[in-house]
Amino acid sequence: MNMVSNKKRIKNLLSFFHSTGMNDFNEKVMKVLLFGCGVFSILITVGIIISLFSEAIAFFARPEVNLFTFFTGTTWRPLSSNIVPENFGVRPLIRGTLMIAIMSGAIAIPLGLGSAIYLSEYASDRVRNIIKPLLEILAGIPTVVYGYFALSFITPLLKTVLEENLGIDVNFFNALSASIVVGVMIIPMVASISEDAMRAVPRSLREGAYALGATKFEVSTKIVVPAALSGIIAAFILGISRAIGETMAVSIAAGSTPRMTMNPLDSVQTMTSFIVQVSFGDAPSGSINGQSIFAVGATLFAMTFIMNIISQTFIKRFREAYD
Amino acid sequence: MENKSVILAPIYKDNLRNRKIIGKIFNILLLISVLAGLFMLTVLLVDIAIEGVPWLRPELFTNYHSRKPENAGMKSAIVGSFIVISLTGIISFPVGVGAAIYLEEYARKNRFTDFINLNINNLAGVPSIVYGMLGLVVFGRMFGLFSKDSWLVQTFSLPVQSGMVNGLVFNLFGIPWLEIHLPFGRSMLAGALTMSLLILPVVIIASRESIRAVPPSIREAGYAMGTTKWYVTRTLVLPIALPGILTGMILALSRAIGETAPLIIMGAFTYVPFLPNSIWDQFTAMPIQIYNWITLPQEDYRIHLAAAGIIVLLLFLFILNGIAVYLRNKFQVKW
Repeated sequence: MNMVSNKKRIKNLLSFFHSTGMNDFNEKVMKVLLFGCGVFSILITVGIIISLFSEAIAFFARPEVNLFTFFTGTTWRPLSSNIVPENFGVRPLIRGTLMIAIMSGAIAIPLGLGSAIYLSEYASDRVRNIIKPLLEILAGIPTVVYGYFALSFITPLLKTVLEENLGIDVNFFNALSASIVVGVMIIPMVASISEDAMRAVPRSLREGAYALGATKFEVSTKIVVPAALSGIIAAFILGISRAIGETMAVSIAAGSTPRMTMNPLDSVQTMTSFIVQVSFGDAPSGSINGQSIFAVGATLFAMTFIMNIISQTFIKRFREAYD
Repeated sequence: MENKSVILAPIYKDNLRNRKIIGKIFNILLLISVLAGLFMLTVLLVDIAIEGVPWLRPELFTNYHSRKPENAGMKSAIVGSFIVISLTGIISFPVGVGAAIYLEEYARKNRFTDFINLNINNLAGVPSIVYGMLGLVVFGRMFGLFSKDSWLVQTFSLPVQSGMVNGLVFNLFGIPWLEIHLPFGRSMLAGALTMSLLILPVVIIASRESIRAVPPSIREAGYAMGTTKWYVTRTLVLPIALPGILTGMILALSRAIGETAPLIIMGAFTYVPFLPNSIWDQFTAMPIQIYNWITLPQEDYRIHLAAAGIIVLLLFLFILNGIAVYLRNKFQVKW
């Protein structure tokens, strides 16, 4: 008697749930849809690779271009009327890009790491809650604004300080001005990833050092920073990678002269600013210039991709060490 | 033994003093590095305010770009940015949240899931200009599939046009306002799709964090009632996670509103003297208008009008961020 009524109750309950639309069909459709969304991100990567490399291959298939001279040549004159392989050497663009990336790294890495140590080890919670969002604003300001700032403030400042007082020639478009704003732009990125890594270091490590009589400086530099090193390196690499891909500030402030220079006060052209220059010039899709931006874009993508993968493995290492 | 420690004590003390001095110097260096960033932020904002505030006039909102700086405005750019960003939100929200739900609620912990995770983190680091090139080929040109000499057009003898509107134009079900253009060309839709791909990794990462913050006990309570996974997700997890998801979404959009490079690569125009009628129209956006002004030789454009435009752009950014912070503080549930 009792058994039967229990079974009946369960049956009633089940049919109640089925009637509210929670049936297997719905469930399966949603699962497939959500899976599709999850896999979509892989499609984006595939799309990037296909679209960049298909056009880049079309570029290299042209008789006027040579894959070898592209990577070894030191002259980049794609817009000249004389279309010969010697005019398609990407090294000046890579040189300009790396010059700005290294100089902005020289600004962002010490300042970012210093900020990270301060926020993680020294600042009280109250101070941290005020300073951190303020620093994040730097990362949220559009890059075109940084370009404006470089051109309207930093460059005139450099001209006054270096040219008028010290007699050093400063080009109106120069790599240093662009590097300064790009460096400021990536401080928050370096700071926040380094800080995450430092905060993941267990307190027991710090307390052990304090118990041995270490000062705060010693704990920070000899315990916390080494323990968080893989995360800090990841932050540096990601910051540099971000500087390599930075576009607007660089095309506004650094100019558009592809040249093999070591002088930071010269005008240079980066890979990104070349792409912008051609896109503004409205190059037709099948033309050699329209295709050249994809060869440059593929080079840029490959560089940042490798750096991102390396930094991901570093980040994984510190997550695994202390989780 | 005792003697030794007596001898050592003063040395140790001296040493401690030195070590404390080094610590003080280090502390000051750290403060300088924090303040350097904040100092640059202040200088940047003050510089823009000084150059731009006198030029903040109603013409900025009511006029198009003009040959006279006093008359120039950015009406079409403001409208263009607004529509592109709205479309971007509409497109990226379902896909981004769907991916986040899949990864947090459904995906098993295996190599494939690890691969998706790695891929999303990588996409977040791809330069925005690369997304522009992706959008140009995939949405803007659609691999040239609809050009006159493509195999697709040849085999099916499709009625493609060339001229102002390039490619294939047809009305879905014959309804006029369901017009479809293939490829998407330099339209607002192409720009919004590109922006959606660009912010998708950010949306996914933020949504995942918000979904992960919902305690497992809530889900278990749902399962104990005999409900299914999707029902638990839809009625319990999502409503609780929604404020966090929206906050992340708005922050992602505020990044998109300042993005210039992808739209330039996509072929957004710098001079658009009309308002768009449909998502198939050409457009311009605020950062592009500002970039255009910066590159003009006259100081009124280059310095003053550009700064005024930047102030308008930053105001939009602050409003978006304000909404995000409000949502977070108002609806955030602490467990």
